[in-house]
Amino acid sequence: MSTDKTNEPEARGCISIRNVSKVYDPDGAKVLAVDNCSMDIKAGEFCVVVGPSGCGKTTLLNAIAGFHEITSGEILLDGQQLCAPGKKTLPGSDRIVVFQNGALFPWFTVLENVSFGPVVQGGLSDKDIRDKAREMLVQMGLANIENSYPSEISSGMRRRVEIARAMMNDPSVLLLDEPFRAMDALTKTVVHQFLLDVYDRSKKTIFFITHDLEEAIFLGSKVYIMTTRPAKIKTILDVDIPRPRDFRVLSSSTYIRLKKECLEAVHEEAIKAFTAGEREMA
Amino acid sequence: MAPSSKQGNNHWVKLRKQVFRLTTFRGILSIIIFTVIWEICSWCEVPIIGNVPPPSAVLVALGKQLVSLAYWASWWNSFLRITIGFLIAQVLGIPLGLLMGVHRPTRELIYPVFEIMRPIPPLAWVPVAVIFWPTSELSIMFVTFLGAFFTVVLNIVGGATSIDTRYIRAAHSLGSSRGDIFWKIMLPATLPSIVVGMTVGMGITWAVVVAAEMISSLSGLGFLTWRAYVAGEYPLIVVGMMSIGIAGYVSSAMIRFIGGRMTPWLRTY
Repeated sequence: MSTDKTNEPEARGCISIRNVSKVYDPDGAKVLAVDNCSMDIKAGEFCVVVGPSGCGKTTLLNAIAGFHEITSGEILLDGQQLCAPGKKTLPGSDRIVVFQNGALFPWFTVLENVSFGPVVQGGLSDKDIRDKAREMLVQMGLANIENSYPSEISSGMRRRVEIARAMMNDPSVLLLDEPFRAMDALTKTVVHQFLLDVYDRSKKTIFFITHDLEEAIFLGSKVYIMTTRPAKIKTILDVDIPRPRDFRVLSSSTYIRLKKECLEAVHEEAIKAFTAGEREMA
Repeated sequence: MAPSSKQGNNHWVKLRKQVFRLTTFRGILSIIIFTVIWEICSWCEVPIIGNVPPPSAVLVALGKQLVSLAYWASWWNSFLRITIGFLIAQVLGIPLGLLMGVHRPTRELIYPVFEIMRPIPPLAWVPVAVIFWPTSELSIMFVTFLGAFFTVVLNIVGGATSIDTRYIRAAHSLGSSRGDIFWKIMLPATLPSIVVGMTVGMGITWAVVVAAEMISSLSGLGFLTWRAYVAGEYPLIVVGMMSIGIAGYVSSAMIRFIGGRMTPWLRTY
């Protein structure tokens, strides 16, 4: 099932989002969350989506993950249709989500959490799963905490374990929904480096949502800037900073230039979102 | 986290620190002072408190009871009622609570009846229970059962319906079947609520069994206390009260221990 430790980019994990719209209709009041949004994410691309809070980024991610339906358009994964109006592919281990507040199961130890995917998918013996999970933890530098519960380790560790749990399934796409949101700046630098290492090693397609611009440019190959709700693509930035990257990137001139471009695009939207919010409040 | 140099001695150092603390001495002192004041009040015949038999008399009565088979039979009888009533409440309540928590139509069908029955204090069931059941033993167990049953079910429903959707989505995303979702997510996520239901239920159970024994039984710690009152053996009343207190404490400690084992991830250091 798994294609272990190949350093060549994998051919799978290409996502096409074609003219996707999503209308929420909770109690008759139609809200357009995503408006005619198209993106083409190449296999092995680190794609970051930035936009103001509540703009519909997560809606898009949830559609890819299979948690939501879409109202129009279609989403394809490696040429296979994932979603279209009235059609929703169930969540699966080819598209693993890492959630905003973390979703490690508190009642399982680190090792049990990391083993969860293979255990429920079946097909491997308990021993094989345990060995594979241990190997994954060692690879991720998490070897000595396998018997701890999530509540016993730091938030940075928890995120790393969660990424390890996702990687255990050898997914086509990693979907990260503001995974480092509530972290302090120092912890963030550590988990960023960790994620970059994982990416450099596996070359998985990553769909990463954030509203932190610096994070977006530091991590991503392509940054999609969304408009305020209804979400549309406003600008696409190519981040031409070579990999492997480390914290020194943060003081490079390319980084600073990109950040400036990004800030200008986002600031406009942030103001729109803010005034729209004020109108809603009034 | 206690800083300690040697790994092997760590445990004993921690234990010693926990036992020989100012708090422990104050605790013992508090009990001694309480007993002394109580004794003095009895001697001086202070109004109201003076009517209570002094600790010395209680101690004498306790000594007599400790060697009496009837006293231990009372313990046995009360514990038996508690255990049976409580266990049946768990055996029926946990699956029902889980079913209601997981399956919405079942919940919506059963919950209204629960909402009507729940506010009725278990003791208000005594007359009906006596009519329902052929023996008073069964009716006491039934009332005991009710005391724990509603608490357990409602706690589980509350726990199961408030599971964070993140966990369920994550489990789906990792390839779980419906069975996996139930056994590996819903059930463990609900365990803390089950433990809370058990703990609260055990407390209610003791309150119920003692009162029920006073009303309609000829055995048990509740009956022992009531009989002591009727017979005018006042020190024995206090012995009965203390026994019930200790029995309740022991049961709660047992539940806490079992509950801790069921939810190891909630250990706090």
